[in-house]
Amino acid sequence: MFEAYAAEAAGAAHGAHGEGGGLPDPMHQFEIKRLVDLDVFGLDASFTNSGLFMVIAVVLITAFMLWAMRRQQMVPSRSQSVAELSYEFVANMLRDNTGQAGMPYFPFIFTLFMFVLALNMLGMVPYSFTVTSHIIVTFALAAFIILGITVLGFIKHGVGFLRLFVPKGVPMVLVPLIVVIEVISYLTRPLSLSVRLFANMMAGHTMLKVFGAFVVALGFLGGWAPLAFMVGFTALEVLVAFLQAYVFAILTCIYLNDALHLH
Amino acid sequence: MEPEAAKFIGAGLASIALVGAGLGIGTIFGNYLSGALRNPSAAAGQFPNLLLGFALAEATGLFGLVVALIILFVF
Repeated sequence: MFEAYAAEAAGAAHGAHGEGGGLPDPMHQFEIKRLVDLDVFGLDASFTNSGLFMVIAVVLITAFMLWAMRRQQMVPSRSQSVAELSYEFVANMLRDNTGQAGMPYFPFIFTLFMFVLALNMLGMVPYSFTVTSHIIVTFALAAFIILGITVLGFIKHGVGFLRLFVPKGVPMVLVPLIVVIEVISYLTRPLSLSVRLFANMMAGHTMLKVFGAFVVALGFLGGWAPLAFMVGFTALEVLVAFLQAYVFAILTCIYLNDALHLH
Repeated sequence: MEPEAAKFIGAGLASIALVGAGLGIGTIFGNYLSGALRNPSAAAGQFPNLLLGFALAEATGLFGLVVALIILFVF
């Protein structure tokens, strides 16, 4: 299907402009390439470009944090300020949403936020790979977050955690209906959490690629209009990359709050 | 109708979901601005909520876009 569509797009471009070239496939950038073939007990555990960029993200974050905090001073240097800023940012987010009870989970939320942020930002570098534009990556993240939070809720409250599905002050007649709705809404959380991040990253990068193809297709004379649009849109994409990491972390905080305090 | 044509029509219809995203984002920023002009001192405190609302509203429209892309590239 990919080839058929690409050929069709190329044909359409050919007809419109009369010269060769054609639009490249915007989905090509999401292709997973095997870098090192690995086979673990019959499972394909190859080291791919996706894995490579995850390693780069983790190394970057760790190296930056260690480097920024190498000399801790009362009056922070510039690099130390950045590290403290990110710490304060996530700590405030967690405190505002879960109160003091959520602070033991700060390392988890901080890691999550920095990891997703680094992956999104690395994706904005030309010719790099956006790990978060694959649903399987974001879904695995989201599924384990919700699973962990559910287990945490049962540990904290025992069977009482099920009260989460029965909001206070609901008339008895409506309870069976409300419980069903609440359970469904709880079960769709990993889905909405993962699809939100994945859809934003994939749609943004596809759009950038499509407009990049317009620049080439319209040539030296007409290409400036989509190029100007691309500059603005790239700025928006950087904002979205940050925003989606923020939303991912803040929703995790909100779900964590549900498990810690019920409602 | 050819199946190929139906595919493209379906993808186009799925993209209509972005109308809702546009309406939602417009509502959020419009209401934030009118609220901020009434009470500028409270505006800064609500900025994180503005961004959160923007991201949530945009995402719902993008769900539709994902459906369109799935129709185009998977089937």
